[in-house]
Amino acid sequence: MRSLTKINEINPNSSIKPNNAKDEQNNLGLGGVGRSTKHESADKHVSGEAIYIDDRLEAVGQLHAAVGQSSVAHANIKSIDLSAVKAAEGVVSVITVEDVPGHTDIGAVFPGDPLLALGKVEFVGQAIFAVAATSHDLARRAVQLAKIEYDELPAVLTVKDALAQNNFVRPPFTMSRGESDQAITNAEHQLKGDIKIGGQEHFYLEGQISTAEPTEDGGMIVFTSSQHPSEVQKLVAEVLDIPFNKVVVDTRRMGGAFGGKETQAAQWACIASLLANITKQAVKFKLSRSDDMCMTGKRHPFENNYHVGFDSKGQIKGINITVNGNCGYSPDLSNAIVDRAMFHSDNAYFLDQSTVIGNRCKLNTVSHTAFRGFGGPQGMMTIEMVMDDIARHLGKDPLEVRKINLYGKGERNVTHYDQKVEHNKLNELITKLEVSSNYQARRLDIMEFNKQNSILKKGLALTPVKFGISFTVQHLNQAGALVHIYTDGTIHLNHGGTEMGQGLFTKVAQIVAEEFQVNVDTVGVSATRTDKVPNTSPTAASSGTDLNGKAAQAAAKTIKARLIKYVSDKYNVSEEEVVFCNNQVFIGKQSDSQLNEGDISAVQTFTFAEIVQQAYMDRISLSSTGYYKTPKIHFDRVTGKGRPFFYYATGASVSEVLIDTLTGEYKLLRVDILQDVGHSLNPAIDLGQIEGGFIQGMGWLTTEELVWNEQGRLLSNNAATYKIPAISDAPVDFRVELVPDDPNREHTIYNSKAVGEPPLMLAMSVWSALKDAIASVGDYKTSPVLDTPATPERVLWAVEAIKSQAENMSQKVEQANQ
Amino acid sequence: MNKTIIINGEKQNIDVDEDMPLLWFLRDRLEKTGTKYGCGTGLCGACTVHVDGVATRSCVIPVGVLAGKSITTIEGLSENGDHPLQKAWLENNVPQCGYCQSGQIMNAASLLNENPTPNAEEIDSAMQGNICRCGTYQRIKKAISQVADDLAREVS
Repeated sequence: MRSLTKINEINPNSSIKPNNAKDEQNNLGLGGVGRSTKHESADKHVSGEAIYIDDRLEAVGQLHAAVGQSSVAHANIKSIDLSAVKAAEGVVSVITVEDVPGHTDIGAVFPGDPLLALGKVEFVGQAIFAVAATSHDLARRAVQLAKIEYDELPAVLTVKDALAQNNFVRPPFTMSRGESDQAITNAEHQLKGDIKIGGQEHFYLEGQISTAEPTEDGGMIVFTSSQHPSEVQKLVAEVLDIPFNKVVVDTRRMGGAFGGKETQAAQWACIASLLANITKQAVKFKLSRSDDMCMTGKRHPFENNYHVGFDSKGQIKGINITVNGNCGYSPDLSNAIVDRAMFHSDNAYFLDQSTVIGNRCKLNTVSHTAFRGFGGPQGMMTIEMVMDDIARHLGKDPLEVRKINLYGKGERNVTHYDQKVEHNKLNELITKLEVSSNYQARRLDIMEFNKQNSILKKGLALTPVKFGISFTVQHLNQAGALVHIYTDGTIHLNHGGTEMGQGLFTKVAQIVAEEFQVNVDTVGVSATRTDKVPNTSPTAASSGTDLNGKAAQAAAKTIKARLIKYVSDKYNVSEEEVVFCNNQVFIGKQSDSQLNEGDISAVQTFTFAEIVQQAYMDRISLSSTGYYKTPKIHFDRVTGKGRPFFYYATGASVSEVLIDTLTGEYKLLRVDILQDVGHSLNPAIDLGQIEGGFIQGMGWLTTEELVWNEQGRLLSNNAATYKIPAISDAPVDFRVELVPDDPNREHTIYNSKAVGEPPLMLAMSVWSALKDAIASVGDYKTSPVLDTPATPERVLWAVEAIKSQAENMSQKVEQANQ
Repeated sequence: MNKTIIINGEKQNIDVDEDMPLLWFLRDRLEKTGTKYGCGTGLCGACTVHVDGVATRSCVIPVGVLAGKSITTIEGLSENGDHPLQKAWLENNVPQCGYCQSGQIMNAASLLNENPTPNAEEIDSAMQGNICRCGTYQRIKKAISQVADDLAREVS
């Protein structure tokens, strides 16, 4: 086993260099971390071999579930006749809430989400009963045969009505600093405004799906497309009234999730489990696209307003903001989502004297839920509107107003919830982007273009993003991992995070490879399973890598420390003289220069696998768990003050648009993005998150329109009536950069920064640029009101509004002159 | 006597209801699961396969009407996942969640069959019906252009 092979003979092409440094910062780029390692499933993605839940081989006798849905928005159920359903072809089992042995409410945080309707229904599409049949098709046909009678109740279908009736899913909450009313009154200028911000359908290409298989001891194994396997485990156990340890939940990968599978995957998993428990057969529950769109929650629509006081430079002196989240019928995650909208009502700006009120409006629609950004984007939109409105009022470029309101370094650096904005480089980042995007010269060109063209108009905007990283619910900021090393030197990695395309598994594998200084392809990633790592948090809040990466690193460090001690004892060298490098372990006196030059005569060398084998033979444990909890964070909801976020992720974007003022149609001509990801763990993945997040945010703010009719029925319930961005909607010229070499000052995993959610909000520059183009119609004197999504229709209305305002003004001027 | 259909070069009996969409024949009957269900209405492109070389949405076409036709799925596009597009997809780190990507690749392969040197507008136009919620469009464009450039060089 012993080997004295020289390093440069091991792999002359390897760029992996020996590493003596204890400080992990100096480790960067030496092992698996910092490289654009391809996604762990990339080969399978392109060959069609990646297995999603629906691709799993079906068990013999597997049944398929479907649910009967409410056809009204709010009603007591008078009667349910399921006789025709039971008699339908292929139907094996039909259940209502009466058949649930355990909990009937699956509310994630607060009660209010019945698994199946409990005597009343609160939205169109609510599940009332469930069927297991021999095929997906037969199950779906059968549920149509139910005869359900309702006693209809008045339905609340607008935020306005919910506010008027104090119809809330949770009580309102206020964060405030100082005397905002007085500061507004005392300021040189005051403005008021309001905005309606639309919701967003997740439209993960893989819809909600779960397969439940009964196990021999009355338990259940559930394969589910969920961001939160531990919650699915808990809820399945509670619904079946069995201990948690009898339920195993397994999630290998999701075909997209974006927050839509954080809480709202559980219902389908629970129903499949119930039916599996009753029939003693495996049951798959796959939602059709239209059912998925009608029965699962979306990004919260918001209706926000502000009252601001500012000085002649445009700097805010006082502000009142109210954010009104449309939560749908139940609390779900809405309390935390509206909180995050409140936290992000400042975006990147110092609000001075400020009051932020958050209302959680209850409407008779599906319960809205997490979606990339988690309320943050809806909070930021209000203050970005304020920036544009102030700029138009004062006749300034909105960028100037944005800059003067940015958080400062020594002063003006505390948020309205009392967190100090540390390590703040917003100003530098924006200035850099302003230069690299050639903002000022393009601004002049656009002014000129708009003078020369009466129908086509261009708009330009630069907007920043400052996004708080951590779950605002403190206990969720923890993670566990499990690492095994087998005697051939290969590594098995498991952790509590789930893979939904964001590249989490790849990054965590890179981290483990880095610890052992081995090739990343020797680290095998594995499905998230509740029997491997227990009590995990959802993969959400952009924190997947921060949490699970640290937990996996801790597990790897534990094993590595054992190996180092073992080798040091066995070969009688100091622990410092045991060095992992290039899939090898070097033992003995050495220096960097010796290693670099390949002068290793004094060094004994073994492959990583050989050392592992030796350790095994000498009975050293080669398996460890790892655990991590985020430090420093706290928040007191009573006072509305604290440090809810470990750090902030920042970025900025510049968008240029061209609009047709006769039709409202527009084109996104160019986008420049600069995003701070700290020390990037994987630049290819990080850039992909930024590109994709931007596109998704752009869809939210431009084309994706949810429409409910007056009876509360979702009309935009398929791919024909709901438009997510297609390839031709992507910017013509798209330039995305990472802030180079800027480690996170907080001790995150390899000083990286979260990248999942922040880029979504970069798309606010598209909305602001559209407003800039529209404002040109009125010579930039009026700030257009542009609710989102800013569909061509809304852009046209805004153009018309500005035109008629301009006409009225000129008429008034003429009259005055006469 | 069942009608037959050729799937990835192999003759298969159409031993299901002829109204069954091709997608379900592929996935449920033949267990070729690389082709995905996305919307069921031919609007998202996740189910794209080739029918006699032409990109077709398998979720809306009944298997019965395809008797005698030759179908290629992602599993049959190349021997070892090494079609130039698959290689370009890997090189450009295109997939995120991966779910739509077999449809994207099949559609792109059909585009290049018809037009080996598409320009940016032609790529946009041809790929319009294949949606990717992760927003990998930038990289899809790049990967297709890269293969098209290679093809152009081979031709010249």
